[in-house]
Amino acid sequence: MSANIATIAYLGAAILFITSLGGLSNPETSRRGNFFGMVGMTIAVLATVLGPRVDLVIGLPWIIGALAVGGGVGLYAARKVQMTQMPELVALMHSLVGLAACFVGFASYVDTSVVHTGAEKAIHEVEIYIGILIGAVTFSGSVIAFGKLSGKIGGKPLLLPARHWLNLLALIVIIWFGVRFVAAPDVNAGMIPLAIMTIIALLFGMHMVMAIGGADMPVVVSMLNSYSGWAAAATGFMLTNDLLIVTGALVGSSGAILSYIMCRAMNRNFISVIAGGFGTAGGAAPAATGEQPAGEVVAVTATETAEMLRSAKSVVIIPGYGMAVAQAQHTVYEITKLLREKGVNVRFAIHPVAGRMPGHMNVLLAEAKVPYDIVLEMDEINDDFPNTDVSIVIGANDIVNPAAEDDPTSPIAGMPVLQVWKSKTSIVMKRSMASGYAGVDNPLFFKEKNRMLFGDAKKMLDEVFVALKN
Amino acid sequence: MPLTIGVPRETFAGEKRFAAAPEVVEKLIKLGFSVRIESGTGATENFSDTAFSAAGATIASSAADLFATSDIIFKVRAPSNDEVAAMRPGTTLISFIWPAQNAELMKQMAERRLTVLAMDSVPRISRAQKMDALSSMANIAGYRAVIEAAYHFGRFFSGQITAAGKVPPAKVFVIGAGVAGLAALGAAVSLGAIVRANDTRPEVGDQVKSMGAEFVPVNYQEEGTGVGGYAKVMSEGFQKAQREVFANQAKDVDIIITTALIPGKPAPKLITADMVRSMRPGSVIVDLAAEQGGNCEFTVPGEVVVREGVTIIGYTDLPSRLSKQASTLYATNLLRLTEELCKTKDGLINVNFEDEAIRGATVIKEGEITWPPPPPRLSAAPAQVKPAAAATPAVLKKSSHGHGGGGEPMSAKTLTIMFAIAAALFWLIGAYAPPSFLGHFTVFVLACFIGYMVVWNVTPSLHTPLMSVTNAISSIIAVGAIVQVAPPLAESATDRPDTLILGLAVAALALTAINMFGGFAVTRRMLAMFRK
Repeated sequence: MSANIATIAYLGAAILFITSLGGLSNPETSRRGNFFGMVGMTIAVLATVLGPRVDLVIGLPWIIGALAVGGGVGLYAARKVQMTQMPELVALMHSLVGLAACFVGFASYVDTSVVHTGAEKAIHEVEIYIGILIGAVTFSGSVIAFGKLSGKIGGKPLLLPARHWLNLLALIVIIWFGVRFVAAPDVNAGMIPLAIMTIIALLFGMHMVMAIGGADMPVVVSMLNSYSGWAAAATGFMLTNDLLIVTGALVGSSGAILSYIMCRAMNRNFISVIAGGFGTAGGAAPAATGEQPAGEVVAVTATETAEMLRSAKSVVIIPGYGMAVAQAQHTVYEITKLLREKGVNVRFAIHPVAGRMPGHMNVLLAEAKVPYDIVLEMDEINDDFPNTDVSIVIGANDIVNPAAEDDPTSPIAGMPVLQVWKSKTSIVMKRSMASGYAGVDNPLFFKEKNRMLFGDAKKMLDEVFVALKN
Repeated sequence: MPLTIGVPRETFAGEKRFAAAPEVVEKLIKLGFSVRIESGTGATENFSDTAFSAAGATIASSAADLFATSDIIFKVRAPSNDEVAAMRPGTTLISFIWPAQNAELMKQMAERRLTVLAMDSVPRISRAQKMDALSSMANIAGYRAVIEAAYHFGRFFSGQITAAGKVPPAKVFVIGAGVAGLAALGAAVSLGAIVRANDTRPEVGDQVKSMGAEFVPVNYQEEGTGVGGYAKVMSEGFQKAQREVFANQAKDVDIIITTALIPGKPAPKLITADMVRSMRPGSVIVDLAAEQGGNCEFTVPGEVVVREGVTIIGYTDLPSRLSKQASTLYATNLLRLTEELCKTKDGLINVNFEDEAIRGATVIKEGEITWPPPPPRLSAAPAQVKPAAAATPAVLKKSSHGHGGGGEPMSAKTLTIMFAIAAALFWLIGAYAPPSFLGHFTVFVLACFIGYMVVWNVTPSLHTPLMSVTNAISSIIAVGAIVQVAPPLAESATDRPDTLILGLAVAALALTAINMFGGFAVTRRMLAMFRK
């Protein structure tokens, strides 16, 4: 296959990737979108393997071997993963992209068969340096994110003293070694600054994610998604491959937009999320001085909940991370089905940052076979709460906290929230009275129209289901 | 010593409302205040002096007596010059003021060293809803508009089949689904009419439907709707499509109720003379925007006129025409505000500027004009600025540009800075980078823009599949690994560390393959679950 044909094939693959992302605008077309992505990837890989830059005799066995091993592992993981574990899987996969970008970067640096001179050499080396930098940060950051999401590392932010200065210092050191690296006369001399930078970048990635609290995870996961794209784009510059650049840029901007959407949904500044430590140092002080919610908390039993649901005409269910943890989505759907058969208008309200990654709740509900046209976004449903008889909050806290609207001193002030307190009755399912990730008390629990159903979400919902059936 | 709240008779011609009701007086007294009512004030609304004294108020024989003995004055309309002159210096006045329109009055009140809280300036935040008198008055106006229409309309509202023949139901079209519009919808629906409504904000469609009415959208997609969800500048094209909708409705319906207002501007003329002509004789138009010039070309503010056989009602005092209800609700709004002012329940008030609602409502404090209120404090986060700003004159300023709102464009300064940075960056790259790099750079920047455009269209419910599919796609790094596995080498390149590169490349390829296959497979699994 000639170089021209390979280039054209790359163009085709790039277009397929764009249509693949475009397909996700709607659940109807999304399956086709994913298919386009697969076709694009196949074309890209085939064009490269058969293209002018691979010696088939030596290379083919290695390539097929690596693809088979990796593909086998990937398919196995994709089949086995539970939908509640999606955030972990996605984080883990980001780390693989980061690591691969590092490997390709190092390989490209030690490869002397491609000779550059003058400004081109400097640019090439800067590209390698940046590529490995992003790759390493993505790798270590994603590994930590995986650890946090899967519970192997505690969700509490780890805050080193003077952490902002540490980060700044790391940046300066990285730039300084970057200058040394570009100035290095040969590969051996350049290896030392490159290796030091890689280590610092790995530490930096770990430190960055360690400092971020559990509730900010949706931002982190989408940010790492973005990084993995930029890593691919940097690799593309390094190898002068336009397909990598285009694809990397697509993925990078996609992740960046997701991060932005998540930040906006929490009314937080991107920088402050990355700087980390929400709900600890900065958040606790105003919370303490703010008005403490007080009053009676009215607890109900599962049977009473079922009673309220039975007499309701319109029900809104607000799922949160607690539903994912308790794996309660299937029971939720059973209840939904039962109520819908009785003619009750049941809908779901999804806050943009519910769960641990963008769209987490939608996937769980889809898994439980909840039809997507009754799953609504915050903006679509917020105005309907006054006409809702019962809203049930399952394992969510901060996203239904009225303090975000009423109390300007609250750490989550200004964050858009689901206005469940406007419905005729609200029922909050929770294990205990503990506050949410943001460490903020929730005045909703003390509202006159609010009821609390304490206990494990799955167990309680099962009881509600049984009571409803009888 | 507890303060005395005085409620004088309204002196404005035709004003039948009143700033107190017996049940509210009781509650004010419970807060520790003493209450004085001018004799004969409530007579027009069936609140007798006896009812007020039974509630615990004392009766003042004249306005002069009342003003001389009160520390706080409750009123409905902004005070006249004489009334301001009669108040003691240091008195607190709570009333409708409209400070933007009444600069002269504001000056006079400041000179009198009054403290003035304007009910029309209460910020529209959720906490202050209970004191939002504008909403309670709009609610009444909407209801009364339907009653006036029914009075002038020669038929039943509900369809009936009687022994004397069939009566078709009346058709009502409401323009503008704000508080007044929704109240009108509700009243017309409960009278049995077929009700339709239109609003430039498509998102109120559900509210309209929830009242049992039909939403008539303007089928014109404005370019750029959806990006940020804010596009509200109504273009020529939109207005034309809107006129067509109204013209069609005018031919079909019996009653039109218009409520379209733009803050600080004359009301838009939505119902043209031609549309009135196309209506059936005996039809009725109620123009709730009459005070601001009216939505209908024939409206005469304050009067009922018949043009082309259509009755056009331009009353500007609809809340006052339901004076008992209006007084009760308004008095309750005042009570809620007083509760905020008197948290200690000891009959003393504290005009606390830390409280956002009170700060917004206070237009004069101890003789100093404090209107307009400052922008919300800086610690407040961006999303909070929006509702708060809606209550401040920022709205007036914005609409005076002639665009009636609009999205949230970046400030000119930020934009300039961003352009400057981008220009400097591009200049640097253009000056120093070799041509081969520039080609790739162009591709990169354009691809970023494509990604930006495409990804904004992704529906939020598919964000997780989006991440897993972009993840799979980012395994395109495999291509980079493949070209390193075994490139066809020139004979001269002998010092290439083949084994090391091969090892790294194969490892990278295996890692990306996990991603590639796993990512696409798991996306497929997820997407298969999304169903209607």
